[in-house]
Amino acid sequence: MEKKVLFANIDDPKQPEIDTYISKGGYESWKTVLKKMKAPEVIDTVKKSGLRGRGGAGFPAGMKWSFVPKDSPKPKYLVCNGDESEPGTCKDRVLMEHDPHLVVEGMAIAAFAIGASHAFIYIRGEFDYPACQMRKAIDQAYSKGFLGKNILKSKYNLDMVVHTGGGAYICGEETALLNSLEGKPGQTRIRPPFPAVEGLYACPTVVNNVETLSNVSLIIKNGADWYTSMGTEKSTGTRIFCLSGHVKNPGNYELELGTPMSYLINDLGGGMADGRKMKAIIPGGSSTPILLPDKIDTPLDFESVAAAGSMLGSGGVIVMHEDTDMVWVARTLAHFYMHESCGECTPCRQGTKWIYDTLTRIVSGNGEMEDIDILLDLCDNIEGKTICPLGDAAVVPIKSTILHFRNEYEHYIKNKKPLVENKFMSFI
Amino acid sequence: MALTTESVDAIKKAAARYPHKKSAILPAITIAYRQIGYLYDDLYHEIADAIGVSANEVASAATFYTMFPKKKVGKYLIQVCTNIACGLMGAESLKEYLLNELDVKEGEITEDGLFTVVSVECLGSCTTAPMMQVNQTFYENLNKEKVDKILSELRKQA
Repeated sequence: MEKKVLFANIDDPKQPEIDTYISKGGYESWKTVLKKMKAPEVIDTVKKSGLRGRGGAGFPAGMKWSFVPKDSPKPKYLVCNGDESEPGTCKDRVLMEHDPHLVVEGMAIAAFAIGASHAFIYIRGEFDYPACQMRKAIDQAYSKGFLGKNILKSKYNLDMVVHTGGGAYICGEETALLNSLEGKPGQTRIRPPFPAVEGLYACPTVVNNVETLSNVSLIIKNGADWYTSMGTEKSTGTRIFCLSGHVKNPGNYELELGTPMSYLINDLGGGMADGRKMKAIIPGGSSTPILLPDKIDTPLDFESVAAAGSMLGSGGVIVMHEDTDMVWVARTLAHFYMHESCGECTPCRQGTKWIYDTLTRIVSGNGEMEDIDILLDLCDNIEGKTICPLGDAAVVPIKSTILHFRNEYEHYIKNKKPLVENKFMSFI
Repeated sequence: MALTTESVDAIKKAAARYPHKKSAILPAITIAYRQIGYLYDDLYHEIADAIGVSANEVASAATFYTMFPKKKVGKYLIQVCTNIACGLMGAESLKEYLLNELDVKEGEITEDGLFTVVSVECLGSCTTAPMMQVNQTFYENLNKEKVDKILSELRKQA
């Protein structure tokens, strides 16, 4: 069953209007927090809900908030991460476009919980419409007195700003995002210090994903027990899955965590398009290892997908049919990571280029059998040797396609052509 | 001065929203890019003056972020996502079709000055693939008929 919690009002075209949002009980949680709750209670409720980060890493949100030092004299900042750039992922965009006040209210509550008087939402630069929707929602929230000075006579002040990026995937990584928000190139910072201690402008900062924060007002409204009643013991609540690739009905579907992947792909997605057989699944965005069709019944929660040999990641489920050339898949993603490497760490900057060049040599018919080992060696020399996880992510599609489809590489090298020809939609 | 008074005012207004004015560098670059269509060295000085930071700081950011073209492009910049989800749905063929229809090479400007086609990485439109972005607008779930219609409408608008 789809479980529409975040998506409860997603189909209402008037939902982005503040009056519609309020008429459905919107901003009631914000009022409750301001009038009846203290910051530690808010953090405690979110901790008890078990809410984990929806950006990819799955870190418990309430715990992240509790790391902000309470005695610091410095200003504190809340940053909502709407840089959504992981290939296969397009859920935050839907929330920002269709229910922007849900994001604003979650950001406001989180800012209150950590004692921030300034909140930013960093939206990738290409997302012009989502940024417009968020700006409009924030303006409306100011005009109703939900943001600004002395909000609802609580003496609490909060300003909220939409910040748009410049098309860099790396800015989804929180320390690169903070550098970008400071007007610098989006390169990452060595941790520790973690952003909760030294983040934006060297002040305590919490960075949470759009979907993560969208859950917050609902948790305050319905209680932590309501939230833990959904999902599994360690992966509570719901999650938006972005189903793409060769299925009949691609789309964003909200499911309780722990729902079998087969339900998403076959029941909601309508199974494979064009009557072709399934070949491979990327379950959590391009940085997560490929799963073969025998894992289709894996429950979609953090622990089960990890046990199956991959990661739940960002919720981007990409399905591929039998007529997909896996060396092409590897090279397409190798190009992406090469392009998006910020250039800070040598293994990633140089290694992603060498991986791409090696794959290009193979597909242009000049590959040698030893190129497969060269690829694996390059992966070993990147993985775990960089400041941020981009390097680790870049090796995943390479290692994973060689693990499961080594024969396709060997065929390419021996015969100077792919074992499987891509059969995709043609425009010509 | 290449920047209009409106752009300079918009940059100053953006800068006022941040605790530190350097944070306005990316918003300011975006404003300048949208007015002019691409970025170049002299423009970094104008942007820097409008915010009150050094031109080096603006250049350092501008040259890192690939979303802003650094040379002139057509009136309509068509960015085709060729990453995995769109690729599986025929993005390469979409790009070839556009290049053929517009009789132009990737990254170059059509003779009438209207179009530039480039391939880009994932634009976050994976469930509605294949897609393309024309200036600020996303066009999704594309097929040949839709692309023909979009091109003819853009030509009419121009």
